[in-house]
Formats: sequence, structure tokens, C-alpha cells
Amino acid sequence: MLDKRMTAAEIVANLHDGMTLGIGGWGPRRKPMALVREIMRSPLKDLTIVAYGGADVGMLCAAGKVKKLVFAFVSLDAIPLEPWFRKAREAGSIEVLELDEGMLQWGLKAAAFGLPFLPTRVGLGTDLAELGGLKLVQSPYEDGETLIAMPALKLDAALIHVNRADWRGNVQLFGPDTYYDQWFARAAARSFVSCEELVDRMEDHYPDDARFNEFERCFVSSVVEMKGGAHPGSMPPAYGWDMKAFRDYAAAAKEPGDWAQVADRFVGADEQGYMDSVGGMESVAKLPMPVF
Amino acid sequence: MSSATLAELCIFAASEAFRDTREIIATGVGPVPRLGASLAKLTHSPSLMMTDGEAFLVEQPVPIGPRGYDDRPKSAGYLPFSRFFDAAVWTGRRHAMVTPTQIDRFGQTNLSYLGGTHRQPKTQMLGVRGFPGNSVYHPNSMFVPVHSPRVFVAGEVDMVSSAGYNPAKRVAGGNYGGIDLRRIITNLCVMDFGGKDHAVRVISLHPGVTFAEVQAATGFPLEQGALAETPLPDAEALAIIARLDPHNVRATVIAGNPDAVKEKAA
Repeated sequence: MLDKRMTAAEIVANLHDGMTLGIGGWGPRRKPMALVREIMRSPLKDLTIVAYGGADVGMLCAAGKVKKLVFAFVSLDAIPLEPWFRKAREAGSIEVLELDEGMLQWGLKAAAFGLPFLPTRVGLGTDLAELGGLKLVQSPYEDGETLIAMPALKLDAALIHVNRADWRGNVQLFGPDTYYDQWFARAAARSFVSCEELVDRMEDHYPDDARFNEFERCFVSSVVEMKGGAHPGSMPPAYGWDMKAFRDYAAAAKEPGDWAQVADRFVGADEQGYMDSVGGMESVAKLPMPVF
Repeated sequence: MSSATLAELCIFAASEAFRDTREIIATGVGPVPRLGASLAKLTHSPSLMMTDGEAFLVEQPVPIGPRGYDDRPKSAGYLPFSRFFDAAVWTGRRHAMVTPTQIDRFGQTNLSYLGGTHRQPKTQMLGVRGFPGNSVYHPNSMFVPVHSPRVFVAGEVDMVSSAGYNPAKRVAGGNYGGIDLRRIITNLCVMDFGGKDHAVRVISLHPGVTFAEVQAATGFPLEQGALAETPLPDAEALAIIARLDPHNVRATVIAGNPDAVKEKAA
């Protein structure tokens, strides 16, 4: 069916325990946090999360949703070390596959192309291969070079937050960088996309922005409009990240340090309630863009 | 006497590490490396390319610290993350200067975790980020603001996040030809990997620092190079640094923001 509109609750109802879930964005940037919050409100568990991690990973770890994490880093950028992720790691409560940033995208590309692995030199000379159980492969050509076989990171589903979409799944992504959102989409059996703005037919409204269509609608299963859906992270050019919210979130990891006691503040009973608690879209839209 | 601070001396030394005539991306992570790369581009190495700290290529280095979002510099090119690996890291067209948590005698570094096991670390840090790929594909240098045996560890780093010159880490048939560790700038000295079998070697001491002090602050034996004195930045360099760091962020990098000449500070 070409009309791909769903509610956030319907999207989460399409996810299941034990699945491998890719999450787009990068650290505290363009993360599909509204969809992550919807997962937090659901009984979903035993997830394998593949992400360039930020508060998405921290929250899911804190709430015990994560069985295994595939990552290269987890960071809130201005708060370099993600406190809830650290607690989970230091408690030994999650399995991990730790990868180089470039290797992780290589694994997504292998999955997108239906390959079992892609060869790479990355990881040689480090502890990654041994810790991750990565196998070696030898070039069949004259050079005979020994390489690491980066396994495909096949995703059962991907969650991605974009600037615009229409009901057929055409998307437009703005901001200086869209990171690897296009590869998360193509590596996934199904991609669930939230957007800041949902229009009926993209070509009627924004035909001049077609080149910002970073991935094709055949890789989009569902769309839902969730304004402010990346909060507390940034969503350029719509809004910057919410440093106060991140500081509160980090402080809560120390005091009281128990997610169950603070989850309501960072997740809320429903998305409307959450948005109201942070001042609504009016406040989110005013968050200044970070400057580097 | 110089009016330069130790941070400014380190920035000047970092700029020397980036001296290059090739058209490669110079990435300095943190205030001192970034100012060093910027200074290099504006003085002796105009061929260097760099980004605005995000996704755009700039020909005029971007000042650090707070400024208006609309005061962003004009961009000459584009290098978002997906292209960064395609065009810079995996093609070897980059030189990065970073600050790892641990460094060992082989130049192996750690950014991932300290103590415990990988399954349950005692202290979780960032994760390996792009270090493994950086280390096998392009030149790398390091900046260490507090030279101590906690950073320059005895034995090996807790988790090898970036490849170094450790023969025990070599897999037969692997290509390690891209490993190219350049300089380590610290608050005490400048080092390189020019010793026997790539051993870490002190090549210059900051004014007023002795080799014995450096050795005492290092967990593994160091070789002595010709041991010049690290040059102080000249007036031109200091003016450029001041322009690129209008809020004096560099004063916060080394505790107490000491003078470049140690006796003067004492």
C-alpha cells in the first residue's frame, strides 16, 4: 500500500522482542527520539541496537531494553561520556560489538547490498577483531592480502527522523550532515520514519528540494509526523539541541541514578505530554543551533 | 623573555606536526590541535584542507569558541561524514591530531575503556570511534595536556583502539604500510616515533624541562633525540592564534595556564 502513514504506537506495534534495530542520527543529532520514547513506553525488550549512539542508546540501556549494542561510540557531544550508557557497560548488563565508525557503515553497506561481508583493512592491529569475533579473509588475487571480513549488519528495522516526508515515503533531509541515515534505511528490512513535517505530495510542495531525498521511498515502510521528534537532540535547521535537558538527564544518572525513578521526566506517559513538559514545539523551535 | 603561554607553545609545536605540502585534510580534535592545524594552514602549509568542525570544507580556518550561528564562514566545499571515509580516511588523505586516554610504547592508543574486561569495563569511555581506521590509513599525531604515566602507560594500553607498531599485533599477510605515527606534543616536550623499531623518542624539550622529568612522567623507557628546545611561537604566530581563539579557550587547556618558559612560571 502506498499510503505509509502510521501512528507512533502502530510503528512500535510492528516491532518485536529480540529484533535488530538500527537507529539513525549521530550522537545527539537528528535522532528519532520520539520513536525511541514510544519504545520506552512499550514492553519491547531484548533488542540488538545498531547506532552511532547518543541519548537513544543511553535511555534504551537504562531501561533494560538492550540485549546487545553494536556501536563505535556513545556520546552527547557537549557531554562527552553518555552517563546511562556508561552505567550499563560498567554493570556488565549489555553485550556489545564494538566497531570503528567507518567499519560500522561498511557493515550497513554490506547488508544493503545483500552481501555476507565486505573486506576491510580497518581493525587490523587493534583489539576489535578478537573482541568482536571478526573473521579474516584473504584476497583471492595476486596480492593475497589478509583483511578483516566485516559482517553485514542486517537490520530487522531502522528508525530514522527526517525533516520532511510525504505519505508515500518520499523524504527530504536537511542540515549540514545526514550522517548514515541512508545506509540505515537501505540496510533494514523495514524503515520507520518520523518527520518534522508531513505533506501530501512532495512534488506539489517542494519540487526544488528533490535533491535532498537522501534515500528512496522503496526503503521507507512507514511515516509519522512528529514535530520536535529529535528533542532533546538537534535537528538542523529546525532546532538545536537542548543542553539543559541533557544536563538534567546526565545529572539524574548520578542522583538518584535509578532510571525507574526518573523515566517519566525523560519519556513521559505520551508524546504530547512529553512535548508539553519541555515547553511544546514553540520552545523547541527556539533552541539555538550549536556552533563548532 | 617570551610572553607566550605553554598552551601557545604547544599550538605552535602542533602546527609543525601538520607541516605538509600535500592536499590532505588536517583534523585537530580539541582546542590545541585545532588551533595548531589552523596555524599551519595560515602559515607554512597552505595546501592543507580542513572543515568547519562539521561538514563543510573551508579555506579560512574557523575560530574556536562561542560565536553567532550566522557568523559561520563561507564554505568552499563539502565533506559530510559519509564522504569523510570515502574521500579522506580510507584514501589516506588526512592527518589527525587527537588526545587518547592511554598511549603505550608501541604508539597503540586507547579511547574505549579502562580496567575490568571488555564485557564489564571498570570505566567506560567513548568507544573506539574512528581510531582503528585512522590508524591504518593516514598519518596521526597526538596532543597530551598532562604528561603522566597514567597516559603514557607501562606495558600495553587496556584496549588497543588504534594500531601502532606492536609486532605482536600483526596478522600475517596484513597490510600495515599505512601506519604512520608522527608527533606527540605534551605539556613537557615533543616526541616522535623515530627511535629503534619506532620507539618513542623525545625530540625537543619545552623551555626549562629536563629529559629526566619527561622520563619520570612516562611509564616506558624513552629514547633521546637531538634534544633541541621546543621553539617559542613568534609574534606572527601569536597574533594568528589570538585571532583564531578570541575567547582565550586555550588558557583552559593546561592547568593554571602556565608560561611557556618553565622557570618563569615557577
